[in-house]
Amino acid sequence: MKRLSGAQIFVDCLQQEGVKTIFGFPGGAVLNLYDALYDSNTQHILVRHEQGAVHAADGYARASGNVGVCLVTSGPGATNTVTGLATAYMDSVPVIVFSGQVPTMLIGNDAFQEADMLGITRSCTKHNYLVKDVKDLARIIREAFHIARTGRPGPVLVDIPKDVTSAVIPYTPCRTIELAGYRPNLEGHPGQIERALDLIVKARRPVLYAGGGVILSEASPELKRLAERFQLPVTMTLMGLGAFPGDHPLSLGMLGMHGTCAANLAISSADLVIAMGARFDDRVTGRIDAFAKEAKIIHVDIDPTSISKNVVVDIPIVGDAKRVLQQIFQALRKPKYRTAKNPQRTDWLGQIEKWKQERPMVYNMSGSLKPQYVVEKIYELTRGEALITTEVGQNQMWAVQFYRFNRPRTLFTSGGLGTMGYGLPAAIGVQIARPESLVFDIAGDGSIQMNIQELATAVQYRLPVKVAILNNGYLGMVRQWQELFYGKRYSCSDMSAQPDFVKLAEAYGAVGLRATRTEEVVPVLKEAIRTPKPVLIDFRIDREENVYPIVPAGAPLTEMILL
Amino acid sequence: MRHTISVLVKNEFGVLSRVSGLFSARGFNIESLTVAPTLDPKLSRMTIVTDGNDQIIEQILKQLRKLIDIIKVADLTGKQFVERELTLIKVTAEEKTRAEVLRVVDIFRSKVVDVTPKTFTIEVTGTEDKIQAMINLLKPMGIREIVRSGKAAIPRGE
Repeated sequence: MKRLSGAQIFVDCLQQEGVKTIFGFPGGAVLNLYDALYDSNTQHILVRHEQGAVHAADGYARASGNVGVCLVTSGPGATNTVTGLATAYMDSVPVIVFSGQVPTMLIGNDAFQEADMLGITRSCTKHNYLVKDVKDLARIIREAFHIARTGRPGPVLVDIPKDVTSAVIPYTPCRTIELAGYRPNLEGHPGQIERALDLIVKARRPVLYAGGGVILSEASPELKRLAERFQLPVTMTLMGLGAFPGDHPLSLGMLGMHGTCAANLAISSADLVIAMGARFDDRVTGRIDAFAKEAKIIHVDIDPTSISKNVVVDIPIVGDAKRVLQQIFQALRKPKYRTAKNPQRTDWLGQIEKWKQERPMVYNMSGSLKPQYVVEKIYELTRGEALITTEVGQNQMWAVQFYRFNRPRTLFTSGGLGTMGYGLPAAIGVQIARPESLVFDIAGDGSIQMNIQELATAVQYRLPVKVAILNNGYLGMVRQWQELFYGKRYSCSDMSAQPDFVKLAEAYGAVGLRATRTEEVVPVLKEAIRTPKPVLIDFRIDREENVYPIVPAGAPLTEMILL
Repeated sequence: MRHTISVLVKNEFGVLSRVSGLFSARGFNIESLTVAPTLDPKLSRMTIVTDGNDQIIEQILKQLRKLIDIIKVADLTGKQFVERELTLIKVTAEEKTRAEVLRVVDIFRSKVVDVTPKTFTIEVTGTEDKIQAMINLLKPMGIREIVRSGKAAIPRGE
């Protein structure tokens, strides 16, 4: 048995977990850890702000399906990760933040760079740990990975005091975990599954409502099989885009506040809603008492707390989406389903087709350069194969309305928390996870400035991410609400004082491009795509363009404001 | 409606903080909370009294079960269980009322645990109803201070 320091144990544990890349920023409390890393094969990406480290690990996790890992120092380094942790928490992303901490005997003394990270992150992590004794370190790290990646995934923080990293003990790797209080339930209850199947078989106007859980569960093939077997129209949440191919004839597109008309009308007239891996968030339901009023609801989710939290459901099924779908197909083999005749759905499908034709996603091409046009061209020129991260606001909505997502793990956006500044560092993480892919961050001029320093990271590691800034010189979504609901009183939403983004990109060592007219868009995009370096593109778009449709807050989904 | 919930948790620092943090973050009400180690020193039992409608109580139970440090959650309400709390009452006890106070202490099978020329401190255990009844009887004599422990509960039978 070797004698190893806490720092060396840390490095060994990362290797045991198969971690190839970590994202971080050094500091006093983690000097021992960084010294141990110096000798290891683990790739470390040095970011320029700890928030960037967490968003990058987040993008890496979403793009690869593995756990994203961060290393930051104590005090301000750790507190800078809070927004990233809350972002990952709301979107169920498996990320682990290892934060340094002051030595154990100084904890609670207001020491230099000390922060109570356990207390601060208690409500924005799935679980957190303070390692008080180096003997617990290997076990805690193993537990942390297990908790982050199983059940409903989520972020975990592990606080490691400096003296724990220098303490030396005889070390054996931790082989087993014993977590009596944590047993995620993956199998759906067979009785519930049959009850659900009975409803699906008889439904006249069914809608399949798919969320991020389908992607986390890797259940896309099973979902497609269910939709096609029963001719179920499929709508997706923001987090579920890509779970079902956007260009499939049964796809309704995204539902909710900025969703398609067809999706919102379909779910409002459905007689059966099959919710998979989605949580009836307020952006999706609109006014809750008016949501899917005519429908019975089947709800499949791995997290019992999501079931009947906002909307009381008729058939709750706690389980993993992929597993439950497989169980549904097994149950389908029973004799009673073989002889049952499925009702004709031509009326319902015909109605939906009508809604799609009458109210497609449109925008007005006349006037100055339109952001929707930019997104459409990105989709065309990349043949829909680019990986897309977004910032938050109008840029985010235009990105998901006009780029068709046909495969899971192709859209990376902060849905639950809605964190501006997520897109650029996330694109860095995504590019590292998928080096062969083209990665685009669709951004706004407000959002991009929040983590612009990560351009240096992209340049340092030669990550050829493309940032398309839909630049209107405003905090766009805020301005839109102020226009529609506050009588155009643009209070503090004018951000026309901005840097020259082309010069800024060049200052960082990246490439800067600009397009101010519609004819310039395609040539500029083509140039960006063939440039093997990080590129920032400043698209000067129509300043007062709005996102439509919009369901105002508190209104039912059927009351959409259209262009 | 009021519910009494019995929770088996890992006896580790921070667990109480997690539970109270959960309640406050989600706007659930804690009426009372007690916690102490069980026979197994690695485990503690927490008794929480809360209130809310059916949907809120269901959420509370589910959110508690979701916490990694929590081993088992049981809603005792509606089942047969024994519930007790301990209360210490400091009563004014001057010449005229001294005997009456002692009579009340006797009736409720409680004990006097501290005496001064002007006060008695009484220790009483029982159900909430019993304790409230005693407090009501002592009030006219002048209660100086009350300290209540919160409820401990255990299911009846096996």
